[in-house]
Amino acid sequence: MGGYIKEVSWGVPNMSTKAKVSPTKTQELAYEFKVKDAMTAEIISVSPKNTMDDVRKLLQNERISGLPVLDRGKLVGIISIDNFIDCIMSGRIDEIVENNMTTKVESLYSDEPLIHAISKFDKLGYGRFPVLEHETGKLVGVITKGDIIKCLLQKLEINYHMEEIQRYRASHIFEDIKSDKTTLTLNYKIKGGDYKHAGEQSGYLKVNLLRLGISPPVARRVIVASCEAEMNIIIFSKGGEISARVEEDRIRVNAIDNGPGIEDIKKAMQPGFSTAPDWVREMGFGAGMGLPNIENCADEMKIDSKPGEGTNLEFSVFMER
Amino acid sequence: MKMKLTDIVTNLDLEIKAGHDLLDREVTGGFVSDILSSVLTHAESGNIWVTYQRHLNIVPIAGAKEISGIIVVSGRQLDKETLEKADEEQIPILGTSMDAFQVVGKLYRMGIRGSDENV
Repeated sequence: MGGYIKEVSWGVPNMSTKAKVSPTKTQELAYEFKVKDAMTAEIISVSPKNTMDDVRKLLQNERISGLPVLDRGKLVGIISIDNFIDCIMSGRIDEIVENNMTTKVESLYSDEPLIHAISKFDKLGYGRFPVLEHETGKLVGVITKGDIIKCLLQKLEINYHMEEIQRYRASHIFEDIKSDKTTLTLNYKIKGGDYKHAGEQSGYLKVNLLRLGISPPVARRVIVASCEAEMNIIIFSKGGEISARVEEDRIRVNAIDNGPGIEDIKKAMQPGFSTAPDWVREMGFGAGMGLPNIENCADEMKIDSKPGEGTNLEFSVFMER
Repeated sequence: MKMKLTDIVTNLDLEIKAGHDLLDREVTGGFVSDILSSVLTHAESGNIWVTYQRHLNIVPIAGAKEISGIIVVSGRQLDKETLEKADEEQIPILGTSMDAFQVVGKLYRMGIRGSDENV
């Protein structure tokens, strides 16, 4: 009976250590991490004097399949789903926990490697183990197979992200290239009136800056400003280009368009001033906050514009030292 | 207390329109605006963004600000291209027939605050 329930509640095959032939990434992690990394530290427990009906409520409400039994803070037993089913089958639901729990409790120490937990689950077939602190013997958590799977998946995911970052990392080019001054320029073409793709090029820029090892806070400021500049080119101009230069001490961005140019730059800089048509505003663009926003994000900013010709907006965000 | 997108989806009964596998993301606070520039200026990384806007551009804006998820209100339907883009850029989009006021009220009751109040 126990086996049946366990299959249903876990439903995740192949956690068995027996099934593995060569050491896998998962196994490596299982050696690396401790029981405490995977366990649930919030302990839901019952006292020996609670009734089995109290247990039923807890199992149902908390959606768990077993509970440690604590007497004045000390672990005295465990109620498993098997205990609970036995109890229902023999009509003892009103009895107290003490008479229905398993007293010979198998437990794990919080500082044991996770692999010990996995092999113990394998060997004994239980659904959960209480976790004790080595020094004091105090109950500090509960671990289930589900906890282990969740923990390993999380670690695998983190590792995967780290590898991804490593794979695409391009910051080494600054170390590899010997010159008195190395500058890298990234150019992005922006089509005028292409609302659909507004912000997209700035998104690419962001990914690239991060790959180049630019610190995320600096990259964020560059991206917010370049996103605004990109939207300005799309809304107001015939098209243009954003070029971002990674220099020694700063990211310098030029947003250059082919016109029509800004009539009154001072006015354009005023928060809330906008020449955008209503339908553009309805989309949430053109609120007259673009240039002030760029100014806020940037450490330096200047605009050159000739009506009838075009605009060159340049801003810089300094690298953090 | 840590709040996740999935808690919000359950609590507000939201429809998951994009980013089904990203609901484990933590939500650090909330922001509501239909003005993209104001999102770019004031929203913070990890915020949930409540908006009436539904066009494609909400995705890169959310990406630039590292928004944890977007709630599109008032039953506004999104086109396929936007949802595909959101999946690609890993921006969860959640939908509801409630209006922004109701959504924000419920988020607030769950304990989600604006960025100034979080401190």
